Amino acid sequence: MSDPILELSGVHTDIAQYHILQGVDLVVPRGGVTMLLGRNGVGKTTTLRTIIGHWQAKSGSLRFDGADITSLPTPARARAGIGFVPEDMGIFSDLTVEENMILAAASGPLDPARLDWIFAAFPPLRTFWRSEAGNLSGGQKQMLSIARAMAEERQLYLIDEPTKGLAPAIISTMAGALRDLKKKGASILLVEQNFSVAKALGDTAAVMDDGRIVWAGQMAELAGDAALQERLMGLTMEAH
Amino acid sequence: MTSAAPDHAPKYAQLSLPDRIGKAMPLLLVPLLVVFGFLSIGSTSSWLTLTVSGLAMGMMIFIMASGLTLVFGLMDVINFGHGAFISVGAYVGISALLALESWTGVPSLLLNVAAVLAAVIAAMCVTGALGWGFERVIVRPVYGAHLKQILVTVGGLIVIEQMIHVLWGPDEIYLTRPETLKGAVTFAGAAIEKYRLLAVVFGLALFVAMRLVLKRTKIGLIVRAGVQNGEMVEALGYHLRLVFIGVFIAGSALAGLGGVMWGLYQEVITAGMGEEMMILVFIVVIIGGLGSVEGAFIGALLVGLLQNYIAFLEPKLALISNIALMTAILMWRPQGMMPVVKAK
Repeated sequence: MSDPILELSGVHTDIAQYHILQGVDLVVPRGGVTMLLGRNGVGKTTTLRTIIGHWQAKSGSLRFDGADITSLPTPARARAGIGFVPEDMGIFSDLTVEENMILAAASGPLDPARLDWIFAAFPPLRTFWRSEAGNLSGGQKQMLSIARAMAEERQLYLIDEPTKGLAPAIISTMAGALRDLKKKGASILLVEQNFSVAKALGDTAAVMDDGRIVWAGQMAELAGDAALQERLMGLTMEAH
Repeated sequence: MTSAAPDHAPKYAQLSLPDRIGKAMPLLLVPLLVVFGFLSIGSTSSWLTLTVSGLAMGMMIFIMASGLTLVFGLMDVINFGHGAFISVGAYVGISALLALESWTGVPSLLLNVAAVLAAVIAAMCVTGALGWGFERVIVRPVYGAHLKQILVTVGGLIVIEQMIHVLWGPDEIYLTRPETLKGAVTFAGAAIEKYRLLAVVFGLALFVAMRLVLKRTKIGLIVRAGVQNGEMVEALGYHLRLVFIGVFIAGSALAGLGGVMWGLYQEVITAGMGEEMMILVFIVVIIGGLGSVEGAFIGALLVGLLQNYIAFLEPKLALISNIALMTAILMWRPQGMMPVVKAK
């Protein structure tokens, strides 16, 4: 296996008095989609927030593209090439779609070719380019949130439940955009509760429980083993 | 690439007419208040004088409040020490004007403007530097702890006020405006002080400039986005702390500018003037909506106009007019007129 894009070793994270991550060991391969799965409340979002630096790891180490980023602040991690799409989308609702995108291009002006690619993936963003982001529908906000991460080339995308609460047509749009991102060679660490989406997109998977990674392997292996799914995530056939 | 996005993309949420009126309502309050003043006062000349006076007062309060609202919005910091920058700005600026008496005492517009500009620059430089030190020494250790912020920033305010007593003495300092800013112009039978007109024009120009910076520049975008969701701004690669320090310094410098203007308006300065002004400044920030420069602007004009109208119509009520205004606005909109910071 080539050197991983991201490696977490023994990461512990506290939020206030709660010990959430209890020794996370996670390897995200370079290129492709790694699914981070597990029941609600097992630490998936905290893992992403620890990687981007919103929560500082109490102990353990984080290596990104070969470099130790454990003590780096969030902006330095972002500039190193990590894009983040939070669960709440993090849209700047009083800014227009255009302003949200301009802000997302932190290193300079928006690249027109890249913008065309984003518009092809998410046509409503072109339609509502000068509209206040706060007035977009939930699906359009999610498109904007992902488009913002795509505004500049990143090596790793951390995406937290992008399909939550969305209509099937919009979910299909999201999946198409993520596939396209993957084709361009990006690495994606994706938290997803929709197992069908996870099966369709994931190359590798890691399952969390009680603040730790309890299983890691190929997504196809997990998808093909119903007993394993039920043991790790409490999934039954109805979930498929 | 092919997109699975439907052609019939969900419609953009259009606001209903009542919602649109409700959204624009804060903008209508100032003209409505001016009309109320006109109808209540009766005399056109008195109304005109009071309106210009109210607008001038409002503009100066806005200059003092604009930095504070951004500081609160960006980093959730309640800075009661902001009043110290107003006092220090006034003392530095007025000291510069007194030192330039040979320029202010002659009826030369050029020399008078040069003296005021020098005073303003000196005041803004000193208060900007003071703001930088204040953020490093007093504010930085108490991020995220509101109670401690109140205690230490009030402490900082007291220390700086006492330092003013040490440096300039305990007595108030009286001053006269530069020659060309003295007196009044007569318009429609109303005597309007030249300085008040200047304050209105200057305040308006500053508001327009601030809006341009906030709306048309990338740093303005970062500030506006940071007020809404600082974490996300950092996740996009921007060092919000550096932006915050810049805003804190700019806000302190603006408070210093407001102090000079207020000193020239009152023609007397005291070490406690900033602390006294903070009541009005906080009212403006709260009714405007935390983090909103536009809201602070409208709030400041409302406070200035209402205080002048009520002082004329019912002097005994003037003292409570602003508190009554704040109560009424918070009952109507509990988060202020144009809140930017909604989730904190």
